[in-house]
Amino acid sequence: MMFVPGNNPGMMADAHIYGPDSIMLDLEDSVTMAEKDAARLLVHNALKSIDFGDTEMVVRINPLSTPYGKKDVEAVVKAGVDVIRMPKTETADEVRELEAEIIKVETELGCVGRTRIMAAIESALGIVNAFEIASASDRMMGIALGAEDYSANLKTQRTPGGAELLLARETIVVAARAAGIACFDTVYSNLDDMETFRKEVELIKTLGFDGKSIINPRQIEVVNEVFAPSQKDIDKALRIIAAIKEAQAKGSGVIAVNGKMVDRPVVIRAERTVALAIASGILDKEEAL
Amino acid sequence: MRNSKVVSLEEAIRKSGLKDGMTISFHHHFRGGDKVVNLVVDQLARMGFKNLHLAASSLSDVHSPLIEHIRNGVITKISTSGLRGELANEISHGLMKEPVVFRSHGGRGSAIASGVLHIDVAFLGASSCDELGNASGCPRSENAKSICGSLGYALPDARYADHVVVITDDLVAYPNVPKSISASDVESVVVVDSVGDSSKISSGAIRDSKNPRDILLAKQAAKVIINSGYFKDGFSIQTGTGGASLAAVKYIRESMVEKGIKASFALGGITAHMVKLHQEGLIGKLIDVQSFDKVAAESIASDQTHQEVSSVEYASAEHTGSAVHALDIVILSALEVDVNFNVNVLVGSDGIIRGAVGGHPDTAEDSALSIIVCPLLRGRIPCVVPKVTTLITPGKSVDVVVTEYGIAVNPARPEIAGRLAEAGLKIVDINDLAAKAKSIIGEPDPLPFGNKVVGIVVDRHGDVLDEIRNIED
Repeated sequence: MMFVPGNNPGMMADAHIYGPDSIMLDLEDSVTMAEKDAARLLVHNALKSIDFGDTEMVVRINPLSTPYGKKDVEAVVKAGVDVIRMPKTETADEVRELEAEIIKVETELGCVGRTRIMAAIESALGIVNAFEIASASDRMMGIALGAEDYSANLKTQRTPGGAELLLARETIVVAARAAGIACFDTVYSNLDDMETFRKEVELIKTLGFDGKSIINPRQIEVVNEVFAPSQKDIDKALRIIAAIKEAQAKGSGVIAVNGKMVDRPVVIRAERTVALAIASGILDKEEAL
Repeated sequence: MRNSKVVSLEEAIRKSGLKDGMTISFHHHFRGGDKVVNLVVDQLARMGFKNLHLAASSLSDVHSPLIEHIRNGVITKISTSGLRGELANEISHGLMKEPVVFRSHGGRGSAIASGVLHIDVAFLGASSCDELGNASGCPRSENAKSICGSLGYALPDARYADHVVVITDDLVAYPNVPKSISASDVESVVVVDSVGDSSKISSGAIRDSKNPRDILLAKQAAKVIINSGYFKDGFSIQTGTGGASLAAVKYIRESMVEKGIKASFALGGITAHMVKLHQEGLIGKLIDVQSFDKVAAESIASDQTHQEVSSVEYASAEHTGSAVHALDIVILSALEVDVNFNVNVLVGSDGIIRGAVGGHPDTAEDSALSIIVCPLLRGRIPCVVPKVTTLITPGKSVDVVVTEYGIAVNPARPEIAGRLAEAGLKIVDINDLAAKAKSIIGEPDPLPFGNKVVGIVVDRHGDVLDEIRNIED
């Protein structure tokens, strides 16, 4: 998920050419108070007029407690955004409040249920409430960690090893999995240190995250490389999925690949491997089908 | 010393026999730091010369004082490869009575050699020169201050001009060897305080682009090269100096190392990137018509396998020994590419001259594989268009166009399209790229061109290719 400032038309128009899985146009922290209205208008028009291909479009709105939040919701839902990212989420009630706002606009448009929600958790209270937040609404598609605010709230600071974030990261992964939604890690801001960035991506992949938030197209390649499954894993996954299809066609309940029985977790992992291979650009969608 | 040719600039001009209406020439190796053109033309104006034809290998922003000399009738005709800045803007708006003649570097060399472009007096800046006129772009003393490396664009002028004046800011003891310009071609030597602003002649070390779009384009261009069928041991290559071209070298290098492939030579404007690959043993020899940075200038001064060539030996169509005839791969940039693969590198999409023909048409035509790297959009300006504003490199010379929205292959090269597709690269129709640009930006208003011809583009074979008309506000 690539963060793009909502007040920069050039960056918004170009963002999708680098192939991020999703683009998050930001109305919150990267936009100054004086530019909030102009950025909202720009983002609205960008969503309506730019062909972002099949990139998932996310907008980070300002908190509903600010004078901008509700206007942001109205503007981006009207523009057909896929996902609204709510910043600094601390309670499930906040998610439900956002949902109510979305429903208001969607009802007016006649498209109730279209917009999904992602909540960014950026405080200790948010981490404590992570599962409640993750399961607060059917519209919840994911939760994400916002590490800068979170570490400030913990009264610590970010370190290259990320020890200060360990509990938060693990909590978010567990909460997301328990709620059946996705989870995304925080950004890494030092663009000149790709080595530490790679280590961080490797760490969060091991922890179970679905993806990483990025701030520059140069980071995409590293994320894709780390998340990409090996050719051996892909081949195996494709064989398993083919065997399932064959078994389903025959109406057979038990599946075996290379003489080994394939049970449900194996199938789920195979499907995830194929999805990752497609997302990483090493497997063609049509080839996978 | 005995028989010294050192005189003042005024005396050198008097001795040259220059008369009103004649042709004077200059090179552009000092690029944006050049002081020679302005210095000489100021002197010519003071001496009352009129109606001169200024034939430079290129002109840039720094030459805006020529505007006054054109208004006063000192200069009434210009031949050049490029034109930029305020001078270009004024000329685009109709400053001159006679159109500027634009030639490629190879085309200029050929025209000088064949006598089509006859030079009466050449005023050639040099980084070092002795009292007899042996001149070089390399430093030969501790006083050297304006170093440019190769003097390739000045060599046809030195050889074919009726009268040659070398202008230097570092007069060194005879003999100044190895020499680029030979004393036997030189009539006078003029010593001045400075021939160029060294900070604007060349940049320092390698600068890697961090622009993500440049990197994206560079990676795509490198993939095109690697899978083109021409990437094999002994291949030869030339790249431009744009961010994407330079970055492409980095990715090609990775693949060369990985696959154990070495290039026989790199050609053209030589950059620090090429010098690095040469020093690593990945490129056998460097053929250098212009040293683009300090690293390249230092290399040519000290390395026998880094050789200077004249613009004729570099890129002439007729000259049987020109290096472009042996060139496999070239990466070039563009201001605009059209749906017939024609390229414009001279006139901006606002109708104002803002570039240079350079070696673009020479290398595109003679190389086995020419790749144009060009963003689909520059801000709100579309770069893949239905028809180029000015034709500089005909589409028949262009094989592949790389944009951030996809790679287009000239239908005349189906075998290349086949190889790239087989390697998994997404090939798009160039018409779709133009349509994509239009869908994002819309249809630009037609440019307000007037009826006056302000520039003529002469192709490398000597035929008129296109004309540039004045732009109205």
